[in-house]
Amino acid sequence: MHGRIAALGCILFAACAAYLSIGARGDWEFVLAFRAQKLGGLLLVAVAMSWATLIFQTITNNRILTPSIMGFDALYLLLLSAMVWGLGAQSYRALPAQGLMAANVVLLCGAALVLFGALLRSGRDDLMRMVLTGVVLSVLFRSITAYLQRMIDPNEYAVIQAASFARFSAVAVDLLLLSALLTLLACAAIWQIRHRLDVLALGPVLSTSLGEDPTRGQWRVLILVAILVSVSTALVGPVTFFGLLVTSLTYQVMNTPRHALLLPAAALMGGIILVGGQTVMERLLGLATPLSVVVEFLGGLVFLMLLLRRQR
Amino acid sequence: MIDIDGVSYRIGGQQILRDVSLRIAPGGVVALIGPNGAGKSTLLSLIARLQALQSGRISVNGLPVGQVADDALARVLAILPQDLTVTSRLTVRDLVGFGRYPYHKGRPTAQDDALVADALRSFDLEDIAGRVLETLSGGQRQRAFVAMAYAQDTAYLLLDEPLNNLDIAASRALMTRLQMLAAEKGRTVIIVLHDINYAAAYADRIIALKEGQVIADGPPRQIITDGLLQDVFETGAKVFRVDDRPVVLV
Repeated sequence: MHGRIAALGCILFAACAAYLSIGARGDWEFVLAFRAQKLGGLLLVAVAMSWATLIFQTITNNRILTPSIMGFDALYLLLLSAMVWGLGAQSYRALPAQGLMAANVVLLCGAALVLFGALLRSGRDDLMRMVLTGVVLSVLFRSITAYLQRMIDPNEYAVIQAASFARFSAVAVDLLLLSALLTLLACAAIWQIRHRLDVLALGPVLSTSLGEDPTRGQWRVLILVAILVSVSTALVGPVTFFGLLVTSLTYQVMNTPRHALLLPAAALMGGIILVGGQTVMERLLGLATPLSVVVEFLGGLVFLMLLLRRQR
Repeated sequence: MIDIDGVSYRIGGQQILRDVSLRIAPGGVVALIGPNGAGKSTLLSLIARLQALQSGRISVNGLPVGQVADDALARVLAILPQDLTVTSRLTVRDLVGFGRYPYHKGRPTAQDDALVADALRSFDLEDIAGRVLETLSGGQRQRAFVAMAYAQDTAYLLLDEPLNNLDIAASRALMTRLQMLAAEKGRTVIIVLHDINYAAAYADRIIALKEGQVIADGPPRQIITDGLLQDVFETGAKVFRVDDRPVVLV
């Protein structure tokens, strides 16, 4: 298993090198500094989404649902739109982007705990109900967001429009530092509880029997998921099926229940898909197809496949 | 000693348990029987802190359930779920290894490894130790879970209807193992059973519940009678004695 992680690490390293060097012309120092920032953003998103998805699947004891499918990032956009609508774009722009992001993270944590905490307790045994609830919630959040966006001034709309679509080629660089800090803190907290996550994955009865309170674990994980989803959504916008694609591939490659191995593998796998995919799309195919479309297409296929296979 | 003192429990408007008080001394197999909805499973999950107490007190070896730290209780009492499916791809060895978690918290020592090896040996799991749980038969899987609880090394083991989905051979094998755990290792096994004949054959003590109250409590020989079946299950099945053991003719 360690060999496989090392192999994933090598592939990611190669992808990063390719991303930085292919097609670079002129002043190397400038190009590298410019690309390194975007690369940093992509890697942050890769780690944040893959870890958020992995631990979410662990506490819900399933391998199909992800925070994105349950509407976490739709909720983030709703909160963002509500803030622009409430404050007005002028005052919104006047506030520092980092402050707004921090406020959004706190709001999303609260909202996620209230909404998804209750949902996970009542419906965890019924996967189809959870999927449906997630789809309905996402649509609801998106509709309210769209409604708010129509109510606000077109100039103000421009502020949120940029945030509402997935865009891997235009990482919000001004938020990188704060995002890196938040991701680092959340990931450190997750690494701390990696052994607990192994036990929580056994389901509520066994983890209680082994002395890990599943409810407490669930709260903790929901907060961490909310932070990581906020980071990712703030940097590149909502990506529904990216997390699912990463975790499904990770479970295939890493045939182990241990989070000490699953977590690094998922982070590397996420990085390979994002950086490798972005290199191919941006450098080789000349941005003809946005990576988000390809990732969503493949992730969507995986989602359908998992759902149908489970039905049988 | 498990001490249950004045425990009542309601779900919605429904009274599930009414002022139940019981003492369960260490050692032996204790079977909880009763009709559907009598409160057997609820009582078991209250003892195991799967549900929070509403009124009354339960203590296990002096540790008050609901107040004592989870990991302290995990070294005294283990419960196995009814539904033996896990999402992650666990091998038998992984699963049994989790039994040591309350002691090592994810960093197993050589002693933990030795105890896991012992559990695999005692439950004849060595040949299938590397196999993934999903590929096992119901009986093998049940055996792996009991081996995990054995490795957890707790004085008390709680099982909720473990014989569901097991054929007669697997059921008898499981009950025999539980009986041996109680007799040879001094463990206390508390088990919810639907089939009274299994309870009569393997339990040292039977507690019969009906509508949230204890109706009868004692060794099978004494309490399994025509009258009890009428009182508890409201059915006219006859009880016969075969080899001095009560057998319900269904």
